[in-house]
Amino acid sequence: MENKKLLLDIQDLSIQYDTEGGTVHAVEHLNLTLEHGENLGFVGETGAGKTTTALGIMGLIPNPPGIIADGKIFFEGEDLLKKSERQMRDIRGGKIAMIFQDPMTSLNPVMTVDKQIAEMVLLHNDVSEQQALERAVEMLEMVGIKKERAHDFPHQFSGGMKQRVVIAIALACNPILLIADEPTTALDVTIQAQVLELMHELRRKINTSLIMITHDLGIVAEMCDKVAIMYAGRVVEYASTEALYNRPAHPYTEGLFNSIPDIDRDEEELKVIQGLLPDPTNLPSGCSFHPRCPYAIDSCSSDMPPMVEIEAGHFVACPVRFEHWKNAADGNGGVKR
Amino acid sequence: MLKYIVKRIFSLIPVLLGVAFIVFTLLYLTPGDPARIVLGEQATEEALAEFREKEGLNDPFLVQFGNYVWKAVTKGDIGRSYMTRRSVANEIMSAFPSTLKLALSCVIAAVLLGIPIGILSAIRQNTLFDNITRFLAIVGLSMPVFWQGVLLILLFSVKLRWFPASGFDTWATLVLPTLTLACNPLAVITRMTRSSMLEVVRQDYIRTARAKGQTEQIVIWRHALGNALIPIVTVIGLQFGSLLAGAVLTESIFSIPGVGRLMVDAIKMRDYPVVQGGVLFIAVAFSFVNLMVDLLYAWIDPRIRAQYR
Repeated sequence: MENKKLLLDIQDLSIQYDTEGGTVHAVEHLNLTLEHGENLGFVGETGAGKTTTALGIMGLIPNPPGIIADGKIFFEGEDLLKKSERQMRDIRGGKIAMIFQDPMTSLNPVMTVDKQIAEMVLLHNDVSEQQALERAVEMLEMVGIKKERAHDFPHQFSGGMKQRVVIAIALACNPILLIADEPTTALDVTIQAQVLELMHELRRKINTSLIMITHDLGIVAEMCDKVAIMYAGRVVEYASTEALYNRPAHPYTEGLFNSIPDIDRDEEELKVIQGLLPDPTNLPSGCSFHPRCPYAIDSCSSDMPPMVEIEAGHFVACPVRFEHWKNAADGNGGVKR
Repeated sequence: MLKYIVKRIFSLIPVLLGVAFIVFTLLYLTPGDPARIVLGEQATEEALAEFREKEGLNDPFLVQFGNYVWKAVTKGDIGRSYMTRRSVANEIMSAFPSTLKLALSCVIAAVLLGIPIGILSAIRQNTLFDNITRFLAIVGLSMPVFWQGVLLILLFSVKLRWFPASGFDTWATLVLPTLTLACNPLAVITRMTRSSMLEVVRQDYIRTARAKGQTEQIVIWRHALGNALIPIVTVIGLQFGSLLAGAVLTESIFSIPGVGRLMVDAIKMRDYPVVQGGVLFIAVAFSFVNLMVDLLYAWIDPRIRAQYR
């Protein structure tokens, strides 16, 4: 069922890559919703399927080897997977824009930056080339790059500046939804803060919804209203940032929080989640996390855990923790971590 | 940029001096008496001595070389053919248009076919089209020119009578030599385009272009090809350079009066000045093509342009 109020409603999305080593189940029965103007943090380890989900929304899954095996992606009430390539081209960049992970390689090295921004403007607006170039300069100034540098090529900019250009391209057509795929991973820590600040500010200015893909829980806390935790192609926990940070329910989420080193304590070793992300061509039966889970019981290896709402707007895919939660809630009216 | 061009032209001087010196030395050391060759078996000893004196053949080696270079630089005179007694520069210049015409038609054909086929092959990697293209490219690379030329003459001139087998005056005469000679550059350009495009279409900026909502055609032809051109232009330059040096076999098979044939004839007749001038000319042509390629690099890639300043 589609919900008209939702900006984005992903239902039961499965994306696979057919490789020589077998079928990679990159995204498995993923459900996710996003309201207008909302910021969603999309968190998970490398290889959890975050980028694949984003590319799925953009209609940019490389095919072959990738195919969207199942599911629906409703955007403004319309299923993107039913759109023609032509219709998708209008949506890409115009309504949904994406910022990619590595600014060093995301810009065309043989085109001046103003032309790269203008290209986006020309594709989605009925303007002359001259007007598009003017808009490009405007965008550059908006992200803090002087207009004298508009005719420069990407190699003449630093990494942080390039990411600013990438952001300028993404926001040039005032997209309704912005997907940022680890936009600061490739940058210095000091530059990271600047870029995040810039994105935050611009997002407010043009009132864009945001999906922030990251594995940095700190960034999520700063930028996002809601968080989806992804593990081996599935969303395992989905809640408001406040609920998730104060009352994480899924064992994997708990593990992620525990693995953040505490600066005040003198720790000998970093805490880690035991084991590795499972082989995506051969996912464990039942809950994919059960081999690494300290709370696992027998049924975890056979039954696929459903998403359960444990409090308003807080979903988790772990019956074991859900039981625990219920008991704790019955006992003292609250939950202790 | 102009400074760079001037610098490059000046850097040609040592190259040309080196080439001239090596060729001059080799021919000096080759057995055989030029005077005898020019004047024939019946010439008298006096005539021979007079010829040697007049041509400076009695001078020490370095003096001869010095004179040669001096005349070349001051008067553009690189000697006279022993056979025809015409100036070598004239001989080469009258042979060069044929070679240039053939080289240009080959390169144009190879580029116009090779780049699109290479691109298609890359974006349909591992399909039937790609496999056939790769197979044909290997055939094109490995087929000997003399054999292929003869086959083409047999089919198109003798059997079908579509194109003339020899001569070099009308456009029709250009067809068979081009077919013969363009196969190799075509195969090389196709393969290079394919591999270069395969490398580029994987890059993040191609994904960025798609994420803008750009059409696949512009993504491939502007964003991808624009970045894949450097290695392609390199092989085009190399192919064009060697075509300018004269296609000895093809020119012989189709009786084309080009530089390649001129050189082979000169070597057979021990016409030293022509051989020498010919080699020098080829060196100039090659260097010129290389310079053009380097300038094209700068035009294609702003990162290289920045280094040229």
